Amino acid sequence: MKSMRKLNKVGMILSMVIGMIIAACMSPAAGPEVVESDEAAAPAMQETQSTLSIVQERGKLVCIGNSQLPGFGFLDSEGNFTGFDVDYCRAIAAAIFGDANALEVRPATARERFTILSSGEGDVIIRNTTWTMSRDTDLGMNFGPTTFYDGQGLMVRKELGVSTLDDLQGASVCVITGTTTELNLADQFAAAGVDYEAVVFEDFDQSFTAYEEGRCDAVTTDKSSLVSRQTTLSVPADHVILGVTLSKEPLGPAVRHGDDQWFDLVNWVVYATMLAEEHGIDSTNVDSFMGSDDPNIRKLLGLEGDFCAKVGISNAGCFVDVITEVGNYAEIYNRNLGPDTVFDLPRGLNSLYTDGGILYAPPIR
Amino acid sequence: MTSAADANSDRSVLPITERYTLIGWVRRNLFSDTLNSLLTLAALAFLFIVASNLLRWAFVTAEWGVIPANFNLIMRGQYPATEAWRLWLVIYLLGAVVGSSWRLLSGKFSGAARLLIAIPFVLMLIPFFSMATRLNLVITAAASAAGFFITGYLPIQRRGRTAAYLLLAYLVVMLILLQGVGAEEGPMPPVAPILWGGLLLSLLLAFFGITLSFPLGVALALGRQSKLPAIRVMSVIYIEFIRGVPLISLLFMGQVMLQLFLPDGFPLVDRVLRALVAITLFSAAYTAENVRGGLQSISRGQYEAANALGLSTYQSTIHIILPQALRAVIPVLVGQFISLFKDTTLVALVGIFDLLGIARTILANPDWLGTQQEVYAIIAVLFWIFSYSMSYASRRLEQRLGVGQR
Repeated sequence: MKSMRKLNKVGMILSMVIGMIIAACMSPAAGPEVVESDEAAAPAMQETQSTLSIVQERGKLVCIGNSQLPGFGFLDSEGNFTGFDVDYCRAIAAAIFGDANALEVRPATARERFTILSSGEGDVIIRNTTWTMSRDTDLGMNFGPTTFYDGQGLMVRKELGVSTLDDLQGASVCVITGTTTELNLADQFAAAGVDYEAVVFEDFDQSFTAYEEGRCDAVTTDKSSLVSRQTTLSVPADHVILGVTLSKEPLGPAVRHGDDQWFDLVNWVVYATMLAEEHGIDSTNVDSFMGSDDPNIRKLLGLEGDFCAKVGISNAGCFVDVITEVGNYAEIYNRNLGPDTVFDLPRGLNSLYTDGGILYAPPIR
Repeated sequence: MTSAADANSDRSVLPITERYTLIGWVRRNLFSDTLNSLLTLAALAFLFIVASNLLRWAFVTAEWGVIPANFNLIMRGQYPATEAWRLWLVIYLLGAVVGSSWRLLSGKFSGAARLLIAIPFVLMLIPFFSMATRLNLVITAAASAAGFFITGYLPIQRRGRTAAYLLLAYLVVMLILLQGVGAEEGPMPPVAPILWGGLLLSLLLAFFGITLSFPLGVALALGRQSKLPAIRVMSVIYIEFIRGVPLISLLFMGQVMLQLFLPDGFPLVDRVLRALVAITLFSAAYTAENVRGGLQSISRGQYEAANALGLSTYQSTIHIILPQALRAVIPVLVGQFISLFKDTTLVALVGIFDLLGIARTILANPDWLGTQQEVYAIIAVLFWIFSYSMSYASRRLEQRLGVGQR
């Protein structure tokens, strides 16, 4: 019996030692990277401390993003985050710090993104997030201006001669299971009174490969991804994306409820990119506008009034830094999705209201 | 019995030319009767179709350009290119330490040692490597050779212990090199672990997951056998709780929920460390159960004999019980460690760029859309190489320790 008790002691000591090792690994002494996290520590203090002041103390913006969506968020071959959504993260960082790289992109899955924002580990979600009523209310999000109007579309083989939903009577459709995409498909086909067979998959890679192999007549997901995937088909011209849109997918930034200053800041950085395009200001010619007499331009560029201070930004460059470092809406769009990219995605709804789209930024006044 | 004897006698009467030739072997084993011949032909046809399709894919259809273009990303993730020299230094040192400890532990320049030193030279054959990379590989090979031969001239007494200290020192130096010291503008600016990625991160997670979970698992196994109710109950609760929960949920807890539970003002723990802690805690519970199996296989006589010799409990546990118990469960433990290595890919689901996470982000790069077959094939090959090396090393260890023979 005595020997067994000693054995217990050994076990106890061993487990204590290991516990201490683990504690040491987790403690701040583990390395310099924790220096910055001291300031980042305060999710629970958010009632007392504003998001902006947390971001400024930390010295960088933490943006909850996507690392797996072509054109919107991914690592380029050098390991830098790139994409349409990432550029909006960079724009906010540029406005606050005058440095678009004062940014950490926190990749997140669709499910965990809202939890991460709520727990205070991120400042803003810019991750192809659809603005819906339940997210706006139940989840406690505030949605900023839509940066990209997407919609669910259908791609079919040209040889089927399909042009409307009604032509798809009895067709099989590849779709990702457990998503709003699947529900929208069911709703729209039921409304049109068209019978179809859903072939469901876990992710879009599988779903699209199945379509490519001819296992279904049509494949459905957001139009922007359909366009990007069409370029990868062996003969892209054999396939066509139908004009019909099955759902509205307004994608834009989201922040936590309850910090209106931060919400305003995010909103106005997005509007600034649209206003810059409206006035023809881009990253290459912004300097030539610094002597402009147009009061709208003078306000946007901070030459008149102190509008950035109204959302708490102390960086004097503010929107000028956004335009120089990231660009106006057209530049961001073209760089990631426009004619110079494999997507060559038409602007469509994402044009300024003056060009037949629905991008309409309120004035700075 | 008779038929077996007949078969044997048949074989013994075969003419000597057929007994030892390829044709003889083929006729005897593949075409001995009609059914056998048909089966052989069918299998050959099947193999031919599969192999020709696979080869056509590998050499004609596949666009391997995606691999060289993203090679740095696959190897080191977001680790800054300007600091890549630190990773090479880590590899040189690894070569030197392996060479040196080989001399200490084995002493001979045997077949396996030649195999090890050949690795850098085989890697040099990879066509898209730059001259700089090849030079780095030569230096690594030179470092391991130097480690081996220089150690031979040193008057070292306690060889095993020296090797262990060497390895420990290497780990410390490696972490300092990877992490960096000093100011942002200094010669070795800090690189936060969240920027470590690709193969580098997968290997580090697996290595530290294994080395940290092993002692914790042994302690839990001893704790579960303890006569002290508090320790026993706590060990049992821990083991059964962890084993009842999937690893992915522990990872999610660490990544998403941890910050909600911690007190205000608690510093944010690096996300890679959180993942490592989750993997370690998870693996420890399984190690504990495997080790318990080993402990229970030790007969009471061993405990009593140790007692009779006047060994304390500590001494008998360390010197008598554990060595035998652990030796008995080496195959199980290695199997578990290999599965831990593969389980590290789950961190890709919580936004950490391990090998799989990197693969998925490469697939989202508009330049490389639709190359999932190529990328996943390479990732699979990398995982296979390391998993197979682990199982090969464990088989050698078992041979040396005579597992299953005494």
